[in-house]
Amino acid sequence: MSDHTVKAYDKELEVLGRKIAEMGGIAEKMLSDAMDALGSFDLDLAEKTVACDPRLDLLQRDIEEQAILTIARRQPMAVDLREIVAAIRVSGDLERVGDLAKNIAKRTLKIAAEPRIPRAIIGLKSMYENAATLLKDVLDAYAQRDAERAFRVWSSDKELDSLEDSVFRDLLTFMMEDPRNISFCAHLLFCSKNIERIGDHSTNIAETVVYLVTGEPLPMDRPKGSGAVATPQPA
Amino acid sequence: MAVNETSPPPALKMSIKDLKFFYGETLALKNVNLPFYANKVTAMIGPSGCGKSTLLRVLNRMYDLYPKQRAEGEVLLDGTNILHPGQDLNLLRARVGMVFQKPTPFPMTIYDNIAFGIKLYEKLPKKELDDRIEAALKGAALWNEVSNKLHTSGLSLSGGQQQRLCIARTIAIQPEVILFDEPCSALDPISTAKVEELIDELKNNYTIIIVTHNMQQAARVSEFTAFMYLGELIEFGATSKMFTLPENPQTQNYITGRFG
Repeated sequence: MSDHTVKAYDKELEVLGRKIAEMGGIAEKMLSDAMDALGSFDLDLAEKTVACDPRLDLLQRDIEEQAILTIARRQPMAVDLREIVAAIRVSGDLERVGDLAKNIAKRTLKIAAEPRIPRAIIGLKSMYENAATLLKDVLDAYAQRDAERAFRVWSSDKELDSLEDSVFRDLLTFMMEDPRNISFCAHLLFCSKNIERIGDHSTNIAETVVYLVTGEPLPMDRPKGSGAVATPQPA
Repeated sequence: MAVNETSPPPALKMSIKDLKFFYGETLALKNVNLPFYANKVTAMIGPSGCGKSTLLRVLNRMYDLYPKQRAEGEVLLDGTNILHPGQDLNLLRARVGMVFQKPTPFPMTIYDNIAFGIKLYEKLPKKELDDRIEAALKGAALWNEVSNKLHTSGLSLSGGQQQRLCIARTIAIQPEVILFDEPCSALDPISTAKVEELIDELKNNYTIIIVTHNMQQAARVSEFTAFMYLGELIEFGATSKMFTLPENPQTQNYITGRFG
């Protein structure tokens, strides 16, 4: 697409895009650090992860403020309008991804003193790998304005949902085996929920990318995973 | 608002079919086809020289006032071709009124500015004439500002008031279609807002076609938008769609400020 007659307008949009890219980088790093910290009970790394969050919050506020200014100043139309609306939405999702990663890191700090069950974390790791791929793919789709790639992210989130179901069942089993595991596993349950939510934010971003590129919203219903979450069975 | 698939299509008031327009040898409109729907506001946008004002001037055959200008094709008003040589031009201009870019009040009183047009078409008793003038001024949202000075000169009014006086003059003869050619380009934002509010009310009774260079104005006041470029109609559609998701790349470039 050709440039705007007013060059400062292009500049404003470019800065928005750069800030989103920075947010994406930080969010990805926070998620992988949080999971590394959890896997190896690395409290330093967990604390560093928590400390990254304010930067993400600040960037999100910057983006919002600047998007609002651009709307006021330029009255954007058509693709420019979608671009700015997308920046506001994506920055909101990435800020939430940061919060969820921070939450995992905080739980790592809390459960460090509990009796540990390393095998309970294996399932979480595969959830993480899945969620990290979704996040990376959707950020690439956003950067490249690739609606097809975004659509693939949007339709592949169900795998993460079924992984969450099986992690849920595993953790219940550990808790039933030995009540002393309950505190540790309960925290892991929250972590698995957090990872699943990160997947949801990736699909939100995917929806935004499709809207940004095509101007059309995706349908309301997204393909869902195995459906009902397994309920605890009486032993 | 936007026409979606579930609502019935609006009734057609005017339609342009294969319209060509010539200034001497120069072809200014190239085979334009365009509908205008009853009780809707249609905005015409496009860069200077694209033919939008020319097109507006065809709709009430204003161009007939000038030599060497001619139109080919059809312009239907309620199904009748107004380009037909037998068309009564006075009658046509009574049915299709026009408001210009610069306010053009006559150098006479506010009252006479409006009475003048009515008297050309109808002989009304004084009382009825007074009522008609009051209704026109109220319709143009000007009554409250001028009711106590109807017999002062129309030229004593502010620019925004003069423009509304011209709108009052246009609606006083009860037209069916009103053409606005850049009606707000010489007005301040408050007067512009008043005229836009007025357009919104007028569409209940009239079919409105507005030429504007102000993209936001087109987006605010119209239900349909036509984008023209170099004498051709590039895109026509629901305004809500045109300003969020135009189909044609040229439209997109124009409305987003990427032109040329």
